[in-house]
Amino acid sequence: MNRTQKAALIVLAMVALAALAAGLLAPSYSQQFRDSISAPPSSRFPLGTDDLGRDRLARLLYGTRVSVLLAPAAALLSTLLAGLIGGTAGYLGGRWERIVTAAIDLFLSLPWLFLLLAIRALLPLNTSPVASVTITFLLLGCLGWASPARIIRAGTRSLANSDFLLQARAAGTPSARLIWRHLLPNLRPMLAAQFWLSIPVFILSEANLGLLGLGISEPLPSWGALLRELENYSAVLQNPWMLAPAVLLVAVVSCLQLLLRTEDRTPC
Amino acid sequence: MLKHSVVLLFASVFLAQSASELRFSLRADPKTFHPLEVEDEASETIRYLTGGVLIRLNRSTQQIEGELASKWKVSENGRRIDFELRPKIAFSDGTPFTCEDVVYTLTQLMDPALHSPVGDGFRSTPGPLDAKCTGPSAVMARFPGPVAALAAQFDSVAMLSAHSPRKEAAVLGPFEVADYKPGSYVLLRRNPNYWKRDAAGKSLPYLDSIRLEIQQNRELELLRFRRGELDIVNKLDPEMYERLSSEMPHSVVDAGPSLDWEVVFLNELASSPLADYKRRWFRSEEFRRAISDAIHRDDLVRVVYRGHARAAVGPVSIANRFWLNAGLKPPVYSAASALDLLERQGFHRSGNSLFDRDGHKVEFSMITNAGNKLHERMLALIQQDLGQLGIQLNVVTLDFPSLIERISRSFDYESVLMAFTNIGLDPSDQMNVWLSSAANHQWNPNQKTPDTPWEAEIDRLMRAQAAAQEPGKRKAYFDKVQAIVADKAPMLFLVNPNVLSAVSPNVKNVAPATLRPQIYWNAERLYISGSLVSQR
Amino acid sequence: MLTRVLLRQARRLLIVLLLGGLLGATLVRLGSGFGVDERELDPRLSPDTRAAIHAEHATENNIVIFYAHYLAGLARGDLGFSRSLNRPISKLLAERLPVSLESLAYGVLGGVALGLGLALLTVWWRVPGADLAPAVLSGLCLAVPAAVLALVFLWIGASGRWAIALIVFPHVYRYSKNVLAAMRQSPHVPAAEARGLSPARVFWAHVFTPAAPQLAAIAGLAVSLAFGASIPIEVICDTPGVGQLAWRAALDRDLPLLVIITMLIALMTLVANSLADLALAAWAPASDAF
Repeated sequence: MNRTQKAALIVLAMVALAALAAGLLAPSYSQQFRDSISAPPSSRFPLGTDDLGRDRLARLLYGTRVSVLLAPAAALLSTLLAGLIGGTAGYLGGRWERIVTAAIDLFLSLPWLFLLLAIRALLPLNTSPVASVTITFLLLGCLGWASPARIIRAGTRSLANSDFLLQARAAGTPSARLIWRHLLPNLRPMLAAQFWLSIPVFILSEANLGLLGLGISEPLPSWGALLRELENYSAVLQNPWMLAPAVLLVAVVSCLQLLLRTEDRTPC
Repeated sequence: MLKHSVVLLFASVFLAQSASELRFSLRADPKTFHPLEVEDEASETIRYLTGGVLIRLNRSTQQIEGELASKWKVSENGRRIDFELRPKIAFSDGTPFTCEDVVYTLTQLMDPALHSPVGDGFRSTPGPLDAKCTGPSAVMARFPGPVAALAAQFDSVAMLSAHSPRKEAAVLGPFEVADYKPGSYVLLRRNPNYWKRDAAGKSLPYLDSIRLEIQQNRELELLRFRRGELDIVNKLDPEMYERLSSEMPHSVVDAGPSLDWEVVFLNELASSPLADYKRRWFRSEEFRRAISDAIHRDDLVRVVYRGHARAAVGPVSIANRFWLNAGLKPPVYSAASALDLLERQGFHRSGNSLFDRDGHKVEFSMITNAGNKLHERMLALIQQDLGQLGIQLNVVTLDFPSLIERISRSFDYESVLMAFTNIGLDPSDQMNVWLSSAANHQWNPNQKTPDTPWEAEIDRLMRAQAAAQEPGKRKAYFDKVQAIVADKAPMLFLVNPNVLSAVSPNVKNVAPATLRPQIYWNAERLYISGSLVSQR
Repeated sequence: MLTRVLLRQARRLLIVLLLGGLLGATLVRLGSGFGVDERELDPRLSPDTRAAIHAEHATENNIVIFYAHYLAGLARGDLGFSRSLNRPISKLLAERLPVSLESLAYGVLGGVALGLGLALLTVWWRVPGADLAPAVLSGLCLAVPAAVLALVFLWIGASGRWAIALIVFPHVYRYSKNVLAAMRQSPHVPAAEARGLSPARVFWAHVFTPAAPQLAAIAGLAVSLAFGASIPIEVICDTPGVGQLAWRAALDRDLPLLVIITMLIALMTLVANSLADLALAAWAPASDAF
């Protein structure tokens, strides 16, 4: 691990610790200080307050818990599904690959939004915000595998036709060992890339789903909901501390990218 | 010599053609250009600017005035109306406007196949229309049943030509449709045959054209206004208003409270799929009044609306000067009185939670439409307010079709926060809200017989006010309806939002009103400064 | 061989389109809020008008019958009528498709150029921290909502559609970099260097060229991503393209419009991915994918 990766790990650890210690650092994310709405940063409110007088720092810390736990979980689920389906298709090739590829293309075209609406309609209205957001992220994970599956399929096929795998096959290596010892290690960078790319996508997807009532319900905060405030661009110009969630997300995503960086034993 | 030059200068000024265009935006493409089929806001805007009506409601004075009709008389208890038409008026293509056009328009309007809100306002009773010319410029219309506020209803009825080859494209309003690029804009140009003139005898409108950009995104709309690409933003939300007022203080307009309501109602339907104990809570007027007392309306006004709203009194906004029951006051916030009301009903607190007499924890959901930031904020405040009583309110935002389905079809909801838009002043526009048998009696619709004595009383009073013709009598009936609603709280009226707009200082003769369309209701008299007033 | 491949792809296209339309229609039908109309909340409407509004949706209640009728109309060249916009769908698409194709061009060309270009630079220019700036830039593009990216462009007076390129770029960059980096580590590369070939020739002939088939696969992804991103960007920028149409149709549960848009998305996804697959086949003719 080089110095940059160590620094990235420290940043991620600090973010995780701050999220876990949210209860100690900032007692309440939902309490409205109605006499201090849209207040600038101060000793009492280090990141100011939002338009309902709620402590922005508290909401950021509690939102980190939600997003840092659930978005990676959804990303892991979608990556595993993509790896399983795309990898299998690419390895087996032939008719099976053609069927799976067509199924992936079909899956990508469908308006899954309506499935999310149907499931929301089935959930009781008094479902707790935590349960509701967990279900939302799970669904995102289940629905987000198709695009990366295509890439993984192409990568797997390329590997399946590679010389070293042909050599291993010619040497009589069983399929399970071929996959475990030769294919998966070479797919790992691709899967890792897919994993970290998906995390911010799912965080933002949750925010966009909020426009349709499928996001996190009040008062539970999430990064996605906090990021939606940035659409109010002229307010952001006047109150630049509103960028804190975006800065944090960029930092986390960049650190993950550096940490999970492949390969390349070269100095790059 | 100097006198000559001055005269020549002024002559050239007055004879020159102006090149002034007003620009503002529509939130969506218009669905129709046929004035009688208008159902959406964008089409209504175009109808307003292009349609000529017999009688117009002056948005500033809130009184009706003759437009194409110089005189009118309502008789037969609101069934019949006789018009005297102004002479020598022509449609935009030169086709003369006659009494036959009025007969033709009303016949189209009363066609049962039309199915429009405008037409439905005249169909209080099934049956045919009897309309005919009674003189060279006189026309009579007799409707199958009495129509409340009959004359005022004609404010929404744009006259069609019975003879013009251009059909509904031939108009009598100040502007006509010149161009439409779907998804992009609608261009209106001045009607060369518009009949109205100003006090000095100059022909109206002053503007040469109006360009309606199709713009859904409000941030973009505001950006374009700041850049001078738009002259008006007809509806600003409070946050945008505050932002703009700090940058361009002379461009923002707060015209005062609108006619609209922000309201909460609880599901009182006996056959709803709710737990019995919850249904009992919601059908208890003490429970509803307690919820109402516990909601801090002043905070909603101050925090959510930034002061640009008023705490609502009841179903009539303070902006509706004639119909408001002036004896009513907005509920005063009091968590103590709310708790007291609940305790008298057997509710009790244990720890941080409230329980009913059977030990059920008081927890219910409140739904609203997703993507509406004002509603989301209001819900967050209401959640905290009810939390003071120990009530756990679960906030759920739904996309609009899902919300409509719950409150109109499946009735699978507990409580709702919604906005109600009131187009007109007259309480007869709200008949279907107050009649217990109606579909829009939102908290308990489609009752075969009134569920409660007070709903039966409201039914009686609403029918009485619709049948009466004398305004004083009608007001007395409707005042009683307002008093019953304030007492029984089937709907909890929260706020009446103010009318907030942005107008470029270059636009002159603006007289903001609280009735729609708030800024351009007098479009024929608006002009752009620096442009010249044209003269025919 | 190529004819066989093309016929196979055409058959696949047809099956996926037909299935896509039916499944899309079914999802819409099952989603909550189907068949309701905002007009129902208007208190001015009479019971007859309400009944007429309900009747407008009656033909869509049985999804199989609806789809059969729809396909019959499609076969006659009738794409149906949009209830929410009150216009024939063929006219709507004729107006909006060119706009969306332009949005896609911004997204795909911009995203691929930026992503691939940075990946090539990063792998070519082997210095410590060379990938730091692209990593931060792609992190920024992933972390900032599409709406905000679009508004930034609009605020500076540029087309909001460049935001589509910024949404596509991180994915293209990451995969291109991985593919090229992995290829660079292949044993033949140091062998080529040892034979004294110039760095440029080593890179283009022994890194980029063998990686090209996998890079071609990313093109299909770029089109899918760009189309997916174009929907919120068109909505935010009020661009009258198919993306904005799709959003309106979804909000209004406009079934005929949603079916045709689903088919259109399926068609575009399939065509893009098929071209990528054909490229792959051309580079690896021994592959048994076809």
